[in-house]
Amino acid sequence: MFLYIVRRIFQTIPVMIGVTLAVFLMMHLIPGDAAKIMAGENANPEQIEQMRENLGLNEPLYQQYFSFIGNAVQGDLGNSIRTSRAVTSEIFDSRFWITVQLALVGTVLAVIFGLLAGIISATRKYSFADVSLMVIALFGLSMPNFWLGIMLIYLFSVNLGWFPVAGWGTWEHMILPAITLGTAGAAIIARMTRSSMLEVMDQDYIRTAYAKGVSDKLVIYKHGLRNALIPVVTVVGLQFGTLLGGAVITETVFAVNGLGRLVIDSIRAHDFPMVQGTILVCAVLFVVVNTMVDISYRLLNKRIDLN
Amino acid sequence: MSLTKEESILEVRNLRTSFFTDEGEVKAVDGVDFSIEKGKTLGIVGESGSGKSITSLSILRLLQEPVGRIKEGEVIFKGEDLLKKSKKQMMAIRGNNISMIFQEPMTSLNPTLTCGEQIAESIRIHQKLNKKKAWEKSVEMLKLVGIPSPEKRAKQYPFELSGGMRQRVMIAISLACNPELLIADEPTTALDVTIQAQILELIKKLQEDMGTSLMIITHDLGVVAEMCDKVAVMYCGKVVEYADVKTVFTDPKHPYTIGLLNSVPKHDEDVEGDLAIITGSVPSPFNLPSGCSFAPRCPSAKEICHATLPELAETSDGDKVRCWIYTDQWEKEGEAVSRHE
Amino acid sequence: MSDQALLEVKELKQYFPIKGGVFGRTVNHVKAVDDVSFTVNEGETVSIVGESGCGKSTTGRAILRLDNPYSGNIYFQGEDLVSLSKSQMRKKRKDLQIIFQDPYASLNPRQTVSQILEEAMEIQKVIPKKDRRKKITELLETVGIGAHQIDRYPHEFSGGQRQRIGIARALSVDPKLIVCDEAVSALDVSIQAQVLNLLKDLQRKFKLTYLFISHDLGVVRHISDRIIVMYLGKIVEVADKKSLFNQPRHPYTQALLSAIPSTNITERRERIILTGDVPSPIDPPAGCRFHTRCPLAFDRCAKEEPKLMSVSGSGYQQVACHLTEESKA
Repeated sequence: MFLYIVRRIFQTIPVMIGVTLAVFLMMHLIPGDAAKIMAGENANPEQIEQMRENLGLNEPLYQQYFSFIGNAVQGDLGNSIRTSRAVTSEIFDSRFWITVQLALVGTVLAVIFGLLAGIISATRKYSFADVSLMVIALFGLSMPNFWLGIMLIYLFSVNLGWFPVAGWGTWEHMILPAITLGTAGAAIIARMTRSSMLEVMDQDYIRTAYAKGVSDKLVIYKHGLRNALIPVVTVVGLQFGTLLGGAVITETVFAVNGLGRLVIDSIRAHDFPMVQGTILVCAVLFVVVNTMVDISYRLLNKRIDLN
Repeated sequence: MSLTKEESILEVRNLRTSFFTDEGEVKAVDGVDFSIEKGKTLGIVGESGSGKSITSLSILRLLQEPVGRIKEGEVIFKGEDLLKKSKKQMMAIRGNNISMIFQEPMTSLNPTLTCGEQIAESIRIHQKLNKKKAWEKSVEMLKLVGIPSPEKRAKQYPFELSGGMRQRVMIAISLACNPELLIADEPTTALDVTIQAQILELIKKLQEDMGTSLMIITHDLGVVAEMCDKVAVMYCGKVVEYADVKTVFTDPKHPYTIGLLNSVPKHDEDVEGDLAIITGSVPSPFNLPSGCSFAPRCPSAKEICHATLPELAETSDGDKVRCWIYTDQWEKEGEAVSRHE
Repeated sequence: MSDQALLEVKELKQYFPIKGGVFGRTVNHVKAVDDVSFTVNEGETVSIVGESGCGKSTTGRAILRLDNPYSGNIYFQGEDLVSLSKSQMRKKRKDLQIIFQDPYASLNPRQTVSQILEEAMEIQKVIPKKDRRKKITELLETVGIGAHQIDRYPHEFSGGQRQRIGIARALSVDPKLIVCDEAVSALDVSIQAQVLNLLKDLQRKFKLTYLFISHDLGVVRHISDRIIVMYLGKIVEVADKKSLFNQPRHPYTQALLSAIPSTNITERRERIILTGDVPSPIDPPAGCRFHTRCPLAFDRCAKEEPKLMSVSGSGYQQVACHLTEESKA
């Protein structure tokens, strides 16, 4: 097992290189001259040239990449053009933690409701409950985040006044954005749990359990769910990554100062280092979470460990 | 209940089980009768699609409803009809009074529970022992079924064991609560011959020690000859011949039984030239022929065979055969008619 | 049957690497086939029998180079198949065909029967295009499938019929040798008998040579001229049918034969029940590989590997066992 963890961590190295390369190239290959934009609209050619020199844009591309990596490894992602502060402190002072908190709560909600709905559906195949839950799940999947967010605000904040309309601070602020974020995930997990559960309930060992005289409830939870969860874990991990992406829109709707808002604001302001840094941090977070999921998958499914 | 039937532990009468699919009804078990005497072994033999496995699942009511449904019949276990029992009563019987071994030891054990846990589960349910006592009993069971270092094996997962070992674990699970009847559905089909010999020997020995009655479902006539006292031969959901094992192998009556016995290539007998064969193949369950289901493949079939289904009737020497040849009607019929598709 | 060797397998080894460690190095090998030599004469049926993991199927696959052998030579009509390039080998497959256990898995579900056969003919270019349809009809007729079924898909056939299609496909290129890898194992008894008879028929008709791989000794007795018994990657006994079944010499062969449940209810034989499981082919026992389960094993068996040696008798028989060797000496 230890060997596996070490190997799995080693395997993230090429992924990380790919991610940094993609982020780096994206910023350098998109149309528009970064130096021109950063120097401002009224800059003269010399000033632009000076800016280019400062940013190292005259160096060959590979050299630029290496210095970008070298700095990144040391925790230096450059300075924000908009605020002149270090990109890392802009990200990690508070925004990063707000988004992670939001994504975590969203994931937890998705897992709880997704699993519940999936189990109910699977054990009552083709019943009214099953059909309606799956229809709701389909809605949840197809509803765009911003629309769902606005609807929730309209219903629970404006009409019922249960939650604050926007902002961040208390747990009440967290509920609606987390629901908005988690809904699609809950829908995916519900559908996944249902199909996985139905497949497992068809297995020979389920019949063995019934033949032993085990009650329906125990067969479902002890024999069925335990095996059905194995594929669901992977989805939960991937879901967390998707939530980070979803945060961009949700944070805008709820006026939460997280990473998502930061990316939007930075793009608007043509703040290249900021955009680059934020995307990189999100990508790294995504890789880390998925590595953790793989490892826990392995712990859960002891069978792979031996083969 | 008549006197002769008193010693039988299980009696199946006119059992009919169907599957209701999108394409229509499949009569998987279509009027099956047999009984198992206490401490004896009954073999149910037939090829795929004969309904032998469905018969065994019907006895314990393990069919996946509502697709599979028992339509009719009685399953009398110790004088009581299992088909009339409540769900809860059935749960108390399964794994306790009647237990089952399945074909695939690979897939019939839960991959996420240790072998010990899986044996202990039925002990805890039926004997109400605490966790520790149940565990001790399951280690004991592993020892009983001949698994070396049982303490260690109990803590292992099924995938860490060989196929033969897994089938031993299955046997340990099924015998943990001293059942009166053990149903073994193709218990050795997935195993190698030398391992099969071990497992058959083990089942035989435990059956003798514990006085369990046994029902073996198999397609392997060799297994039947070695293990059983009585045999029911099934074809297309019906019992076509029901007799004691000696009669079936030395004096088979139904043309299907005869054909089946001749088709088996024997390892202990020289066969020169071609094997005797049964022509054609098993008819589609959606479109069974009228009359005797075997008639289209039967070399002796006459007009009446294609028209009317014969009864499972007793012949002069006490065997039961579902065939017109052994009735008074036969001589009155004309020549054999072949109706091949 | 002639005495001319069609296929000669020499010192064949098939080791599969096991990857492990942080960098996925090869840490050990599964020794699936370990130094196996035998010949198959033209027109003969040679069977390889043994239980799962003995290496019988691996041998068959290695001969067709479906997996490239680890070492050893495979001479087919005097030519070493191991030395052939990939494209040369592909051409050679015209002469060497294989029929698998699961006919369904080996037939493309989106092709009709005639397309399946035509494709095989196209690859090997044995028959001119205009004659193909006629030949396909003939072939299917030979294996017992009517001309009206020629445009149906595999799923429309039963298991036995699908195996017939598999046989027709193998025959479509006029092969010399057909490897039958558990070809009848998945079939019901009555269908199995039909297919066995068909295989025998075709052998007479087309002068085919079979290498028949099976775990079923009843089937093997019915179809073979000579039989090779394998255990854990090694040949333990080779003999003609009569000698092997009437007087098996190797303790493993004896146990194997006695383990099969017999339908002969009047004569009950003494059973030899082997204890334990087959050891792992990753780390097989030293000396004779069977000594851990052999009821007759003695000191020498654990130390020294027995060689395959001829036994005097009425027929052709070779055994790898110290016991027979010592009783001879």
